[in-house]
Amino acid sequence: MNLSNINWKQLSKTFAAPLVILLALALMPFYGWEYGVSLFSHFLIYIILTVSWVMFSGATGYISLATAAFYGIGIYSAALLHPATGFSLPLIAVIIVSAAASFLVAFIVGAITLRLKGIYFAMFTFGLVLLLFQVINYVETSILGQRGRFVALESNETIYYYLLGIFVVTMIVTFFIKNTKYGLALRSIGENEDAAAHSGVNVTMVKVLIFAVSAALMSTVGVVMATKTIYVDASTAFNPMMSFSPALMAIFGGMANLYGPAVGAVIFSYVQEILQTGNLNNYYMLIFGSILIATILYMPQGLMGLIQNLWNRLKGAKRALTRG
Amino acid sequence: MALFLNIFIGGLLIGGIYSLVSMGLSLQYGVARVFNIAHGEFMMFGAFVTYWLQSLGVNPLIPTIVIAPLFFVVGFILYRTVFTGIRVRSPNPGVFESNGMLAAFGLYFIVQNIAVLIWGSTPYAFAYLNTSFGIGPSDFRVNRLVAAAFAVGIGLIFYLFLTSTRSGKAIRAAAQDSATAGLMGVDINFVLALCFGFGAAMAGIAGTLICICYPISTTMGLQYTVIATVIITLGGLGSIPGSFIGGLIIGIVYTAVNYWQPGLAVAACYVIFIILLLVRPKGIMGR
Repeated sequence: MNLSNINWKQLSKTFAAPLVILLALALMPFYGWEYGVSLFSHFLIYIILTVSWVMFSGATGYISLATAAFYGIGIYSAALLHPATGFSLPLIAVIIVSAAASFLVAFIVGAITLRLKGIYFAMFTFGLVLLLFQVINYVETSILGQRGRFVALESNETIYYYLLGIFVVTMIVTFFIKNTKYGLALRSIGENEDAAAHSGVNVTMVKVLIFAVSAALMSTVGVVMATKTIYVDASTAFNPMMSFSPALMAIFGGMANLYGPAVGAVIFSYVQEILQTGNLNNYYMLIFGSILIATILYMPQGLMGLIQNLWNRLKGAKRALTRG
Repeated sequence: MALFLNIFIGGLLIGGIYSLVSMGLSLQYGVARVFNIAHGEFMMFGAFVTYWLQSLGVNPLIPTIVIAPLFFVVGFILYRTVFTGIRVRSPNPGVFESNGMLAAFGLYFIVQNIAVLIWGSTPYAFAYLNTSFGIGPSDFRVNRLVAAAFAVGIGLIFYLFLTSTRSGKAIRAAAQDSATAGLMGVDINFVLALCFGFGAAMAGIAGTLICICYPISTTMGLQYTVIATVIITLGGLGSIPGSFIGGLIIGIVYTAVNYWQPGLAVAACYVIFIILLLVRPKGIMGR
């Protein structure tokens, strides 16, 4: 690569803000704010899940509800390969194995189902969560005769840095997909799949590949999370909420750019964190549902889209506003 | 042989209720194009309203008289407010379907959590007509027979409504092609809302029938939604006879797997779903 070809001004404009944010996040454990580390881990989990969900579903319009399935695969990889007692692989190896396993599962599922249109794909992916739950629950309780498993505990800081690392990888992957021919192909699939196929895009290949990549990222979060919760069983690993949350967070934040999903994830995971205890959790879900409907009805571009519109209006609209 | 008969008849009996649940979903998705993931939650709510009324001393079949119109109105209003709003704003039917489904997810959370806040998440059960009758060597509960007969009766009435009234004709036209039906003078917003309302009413009645046969809990809805999805895919979208046949088949499969390995019953339905989507995605009665 010829260095003189790089537009440094453009590059610094694109990367300055993310790098500053990343640096601030990397120094987090040194602030001496113990709760902050755990709170930001919580944020990062949902940011990673939401951004990887948007990577595939946001671009193509195929709504995947399999997030919980891949997240659960991650959790069970940790339970099998990184248990509290007995032989245990280092966490980084578990992450790689789990990512590979998820990639494979998503690749197979994608190859089977991505020919399906719209709702069937959503239902199929959601069914996958229930299927994995039932099968694993059956194997655990009826064949192995146990309810759950224990995972080796990691310190809050370790978990935080692993999540931060996965976050950076996710962002880089998203950035690359956005700026290569794959991203273009994905967006053209989202706009008009038939036209994309006629223009020479290998539609199935692109869809399956990106679906698998996003699945691999989702599962790595599961691995790290398992070391935080220590005890895992089928019902915590394959909790349907993990499928719904990223979708809502992305829709609420807006999917036009990378910040939207992240903002949506931070807002909702914060509300979830403060309403976590006891009955309040039901109120969280109630709010969750109401906001989902309100967002779809009145804010189809999400929060960032709304802000963008307001900003355009404030700037005096140099070009004519096209209202949708 | 006795075992086979047991599973077969038991399956048909539960299949009747499944048919009713899926008929509702089939109307909502097949005609109104809303994949109502909250369908099972409406059913659960119907079941709990029945439970509450019977605990006041009402015969558990009576509440259907209240539940059906009430749920119909709720469904109708929901469609006219939320889903019509989404439909008008969506650039194409595909976007409407995905956004409609996501809104239905919102509905799912709202209905389920209201129910959990009222009734908690422990299972409830009561005994109604809990005597048994024999067919050949097998024994069955009378309440299952009553529920299945009730479900089949409602299915038949609705089928007659569809085939022999003007509104029924409008619904069938909308099921085939809602845009063209609209051009032919069918008030499409009204008809689609009607279908959504009927779907909700059927879910409510199915809830009552479930309630008199099985223990109920506030978290049971999703499982029925998944089974109903498999059934409408099996039977063919928007087809009432298809939902019925599909319901009976899944009822038998469910009962059979439930007999061998209770934990895997929903998984078995899902496997059927996978095979179906690969082999014949439009279902038995699909066009």
